[in-house]
Amino acid sequence: MTSDHPKHEGAPVSARLGIWAFLATELLLFGGLFTVYAVYRVVYPDLFQQEHLKLNRLLGTLNTILLLTSSLTMAVGIAAIRQGRQQALKIALTLTLLLSAGFLGIKYLEWSEDFSHGLYPESNLFFGLYFMMTGLHGLHVVLGMLVMGWLLVCARQGRFSAQYSTPVEVTGLYWHFVDLVWIYLFPLLYLVG
Amino acid sequence: MSEEKVPSPGLRRGYLKEKGFRSWAFTHDHKRIGIMYLIATHLFFLIGGLLAVLLRLKLLTPGPALMSSHAYNVLFTMHGAMMIFLFIIPAIPSSLGNFFIPLLIGARDVAFPRLNLYSLWLFLAGIVVTVASLLNPIDTGWTFYTPYSAKSATAVTALSLGLFLVGMSSILTGLNFIVTIHTMRAHGMTWYRMPLFIWGMYATSVIQVLATPVIGMTFILLVAERIFGVGFFDPAKGGDPLLFQHFFWFYSHPVVYVMILPAMGIISEIIPTFSRKPIFGYKAIAYSALAIAFIGFLVWGHHMFVSGMSTAAAVIFSFLTFFVAVPTGIKIFNWIATLYRGSISLDSPMIWALTFIFLFIIGGLTGLFLGALATDVHVTDTYFLVAHFHYTMMGGTVMGLFAGLHYWFPKMTGRMLNERWAFHAWWLIVAGFNVTFFPMFILGMQGMPRRYAEYPAKYQPLNIVATVGSWVLALGILIMFVNFIRALKSGPPAPDNPWHGLTLEWTVPSPPPVENFEEIPTVTDWPYSYGEKEEPGNDE
Amino acid sequence: MPAYKNYVVVWVVLLLLTAATVWVSFLNLGLWNATVALGIASLKAVLVALYFMHLRHEIKLVLGFATFPLLILALIIFGTLTDILYR
Repeated sequence: MTSDHPKHEGAPVSARLGIWAFLATELLLFGGLFTVYAVYRVVYPDLFQQEHLKLNRLLGTLNTILLLTSSLTMAVGIAAIRQGRQQALKIALTLTLLLSAGFLGIKYLEWSEDFSHGLYPESNLFFGLYFMMTGLHGLHVVLGMLVMGWLLVCARQGRFSAQYSTPVEVTGLYWHFVDLVWIYLFPLLYLVG
Repeated sequence: MSEEKVPSPGLRRGYLKEKGFRSWAFTHDHKRIGIMYLIATHLFFLIGGLLAVLLRLKLLTPGPALMSSHAYNVLFTMHGAMMIFLFIIPAIPSSLGNFFIPLLIGARDVAFPRLNLYSLWLFLAGIVVTVASLLNPIDTGWTFYTPYSAKSATAVTALSLGLFLVGMSSILTGLNFIVTIHTMRAHGMTWYRMPLFIWGMYATSVIQVLATPVIGMTFILLVAERIFGVGFFDPAKGGDPLLFQHFFWFYSHPVVYVMILPAMGIISEIIPTFSRKPIFGYKAIAYSALAIAFIGFLVWGHHMFVSGMSTAAAVIFSFLTFFVAVPTGIKIFNWIATLYRGSISLDSPMIWALTFIFLFIIGGLTGLFLGALATDVHVTDTYFLVAHFHYTMMGGTVMGLFAGLHYWFPKMTGRMLNERWAFHAWWLIVAGFNVTFFPMFILGMQGMPRRYAEYPAKYQPLNIVATVGSWVLALGILIMFVNFIRALKSGPPAPDNPWHGLTLEWTVPSPPPVENFEEIPTVTDWPYSYGEKEEPGNDE
Repeated sequence: MPAYKNYVVVWVVLLLLTAATVWVSFLNLGLWNATVALGIASLKAVLVALYFMHLRHEIKLVLGFATFPLLILALIIFGTLTDILYR
């Protein structure tokens, strides 16, 4: 690795290696929950079939759309700052934040509705999984929003440019990962139970 | 042992010069961070050791004595948890790894120095929370098996949180090292010119990054069970206690390779240096480190043979377990082949390295009895197992750590250790260790189970032997630590290259300056050309 | 603007795939429901990874970092299942 690598626009290789290594740890963290899902789905197929119908498929689909769109806005924001377009980056970050807030809002609605129907984490194994998986995922959304908020502050101060966009790139990769987790959570919890 | 008294130089040279709390608490210097980890981890080594001495005191008599059974359960739980999570996992990687990885690859620091500092803070925060849990100390065993850990009225939740933080520190350190090794090697240092300690640390870091999140999730699930009543591990709610064990051991098995790979890396540095011979089979050792790391992920079920796991899975895990012995054996044979016809100097680092090889062979071979299904049924969860893991973890990792400490003490501190004291500490420790733990193989074969506060009277004689051994061991460790402290205060000044080594850390002053190298070197050769080239650095 | 076009196209495909997977979930295909759902999810994931996460233009080392952990994930899932399924 002492040879020169071709010039890659965006973050330097050490930053990219670092964030991908971090995403590996997140993959294994969520992976634990996916393992629990796999185990109990195999052992209690009827429970999963019956309980998953209690989830709101419409809201779940809406949330999927919001998150996919937030990935789009994030990707567009990064493409923008690579070209030095600061204003476009700020707009993109703001949109991503709004879409994420929308996601959390809908999640809040869903959870409230579940609680009002007496469905809690301890109600049964399916809902235990549902609340833990969406809860951990939601926590990652919140953390992502905090980082993006900080990025917006830095962007307002003109800290990013075509030559320096590393924090934005790295956050973008994290955000897409959060989207990836939801891409699997959605069908596993809402659609196939 | 010199004729005239040369005044010892102060410690405050090089990276140690700057004074003040802030210069340590907010440092980005990997060397200072390494020293802080060193002190923290060794503090817990001593505390954990003290707990062990107390344990062995209780076990002098078969009946009730000295402490309640509950207190005994707390003691062995805290001994295990402290030794494993607060000492042995971070000890070599976070202290010696942090200090020496940049030096060995010709870099000024790690890839992410600030992240390195935050990792240290996470570790310290984790320690604080873990120690706080001692207000209501847990008694579940360091393996926290459910259902008991989900129900125990002790501070399982607090300990889980503390260890979660410690685990995060471990993950981020591993991440830092992986990126450092990929991107910050000096010009000319290809992968095959890297010292073997770096290969070992690379393999270790990969395990840390990929395995630790699983124990993180395990803690989260355990806490969720305790706080929210989620029933993943609770049979009454349809859950499976074995699922906890799968999660727990998916991390805890690879983590034993986190413990041993850095120690093996140290041995790979010391053996050629003190044999004045190139290491035999460099590539084989390098690839064996990677192989051990990978195979280590495949065998976790061998901790669960008698748990009620399916026989099919048990057979598969047992079969795979035997494979890890192959790369391990390759390393041992290559070290021995390096010694053959070498010019051996028995300085303190070398006697520790040779001890490692001897004791680790015993530990490793006894693993075969545990890995084979039929014999495991007889010896699992007996003192045979306790002896096995102490021979590998203490006879292996800890002796490897001691080897590394003696080897690199001059570089880190600018002082030389007293070799006579080091020798006395050494034989006391080795004798004490074997007298403590060898009888346990016999006790285990005879059927004495582990984690029992009281035992049948027929096991008493060997228990007495083991306890006496623990006192000798403790004395040896004490002398070793006193040697370290004395040397810090008044040891003779260390030259740049006291052992005439060929790796890059010996080209800089002892202790190194903050920026490590005045000029980043260009590497043109591998670091094991003993007998083929002059060693760098002035040594007088 | 041209730099964004690819992203928008991928986004549209992702939305279409989402619609598809929701539609399929209302059909009763028995055991195939899970397979199709996971298949579509994986297709979406690959698109996100390749285009949004720039893996399409990445160096081999980064690709290695991105894919090797998947092997370890597969290990814990399938290793645990070999126990659960054959008790």
